[in-house]
Parts: sequence; structure tokens; C-alpha cells
Amino acid sequence: MNNIPLEYYIALSGILFTIGTLGVILRRNAIIVFMSLEIMLNSVNLAFISFARYLGDTSGEIFVFFVMAVAAAESAIGLAIILALFRKKQTIYVDEVNVLKH
Amino acid sequence: MNIHLIAFIVLGILAIASAIGTIATKHPIYSAMSLIVHFFALSALYLTLQSPFVAVLQILVYAGAIMVLVVFVIMLLNLNEDEKQTIRIQSRNSFGIVLAAIFFIMIVTFIMSNPLNQPNSTNVYNLFTAQSLGSVLFTKDLVAFEIVGILLLSAIVGAIVMAKKKLIN
Repeated sequence: MNNIPLEYYIALSGILFTIGTLGVILRRNAIIVFMSLEIMLNSVNLAFISFARYLGDTSGEIFVFFVMAVAAAESAIGLAIILALFRKKQTIYVDEVNVLKH
Repeated sequence: MNIHLIAFIVLGILAIASAIGTIATKHPIYSAMSLIVHFFALSALYLTLQSPFVAVLQILVYAGAIMVLVVFVIMLLNLNEDEKQTIRIQSRNSFGIVLAAIFFIMIVTFIMSNPLNQPNSTNVYNLFTAQSLGSVLFTKDLVAFEIVGILLLSAIVGAIVMAKKKLIN
């Protein structure tokens, strides 16, 4: 029987979310920023699953299902935006995209 | 030190290390490979939480669909090697580290201040099967399920429109 405390899973989820936040803020490459977003979404999924398992409730699992669907839609749109950006500006570094500033 | 705890620690260290590898490597293709390891580690963690359906879904959706898309985009972009960019906001690094530290402290204090009353860990293995999840999904959450279908359709249309060449020029 699984007897790991629930706090361990939540702490792991928090660590992964912080790593994802760091990646979004520190990196300039748009694809790596995008992958850091995926890490953040996955850490939230881990928290949902652990709560669902420890409370014996299926709602957490259903929520993870919807989060995955939204993540799939977000990845399709985000990568299309990155492609369009590269065709237009010949760069994917988020520092160099400052059309709104000038 | 039972087998579950050892499995959790090994998988957690693997997940954290591959997440750090994702955000720390230079080239995006190494990040993508590291992220695939991360997804597999998370899938194994879901198996330790007695959720086989979500574990399979994780590999199918993330490692199977999203990462293929990411690798294709990396291939299409054909990034050049010289990454020496001089335009760099120096204050952003320290700002980011401070923000992440504040964020992490927030999460830790929240967990510590609310001691979760440990529920008696019942066996939920037959509660999280594909059959029971599907019956919940098609009865209680049917409206949300249909709306997700519309969302995915609009995402497909939006991606096609945005990636078309004619729109750019």
C-alpha cells in the first residue's frame, strides 16, 4: 500500500512549478519559454492527481484531462505563432521582438 | 524505507533534474529531449498515484503529440549557431531569481501552515480506471467535454491560419 505523505507530492509539484517559472522568466528563446510553460502545466497536473488520489475523488482526474486538452490547443497555437514570428522577424528571441515599443 | 518511497524519490529526482536540464541547456533540441524524460518521469509518478489512465494519456498526449510538434518546429526554424546576442536586459535575471524565490517560499509556507489532514489512504485503483472516468466524463461533465471539442477545432483552424505564408506578407 502506498503510504507516502501527500505533502511530498505537493512539495515536488511546487518545486517543478518554480523551475518552470524560472525558465519562463530567464530564457530568451521562445521555444524554451514554451517548454517551460509545459513544465508548469504538468506540475499543476501532478498536484491535481495527488489530491484526487488521496481524497478518493475522480474530479481531479477529470480536471487533468481538460488541462491536457487545453495544453494541446495551446501548443498548436503557440508553435504557429512562433513560426509566424520567425518568418516575419527572422528571430525567435523574445527580447528582440519589440514591435509594440517602436 | 519501503519500495514506494524509494520509487518516489528516484522519480522525483529524475523529474527535477530533467526539468532543470530543460531550462538550462543551450540548444532547444536538448531541451526537447530533456522534456521528454520529464514527461516519462511524471507518467511514472502518476502510476505511483494509482492512476494508470492519466499516466498513459500523459505519454500519448505530451510525449507523443506535443513533443513531436515542438521537434518539428525546431527543425523548421533552422536556427543558426551564433547565439551571441548583445541585447540583453541584465536586470531581468536577478528579477527572475528573486521572483522565483518569493514564489517558492510562498508555496512552502502555504504547505507548512495548513497541515493537510492525511486521509486514510484507501485503495482507489478501481475508481481511476478508464471505464469509471469515462462514465463521469460522459454524464456529469458532458458539456465541458463538448466545449473542449470546439476548443480543439478552433485551435486547429487558428494554427492553420497563423502558419499560412500568405498572411505574413
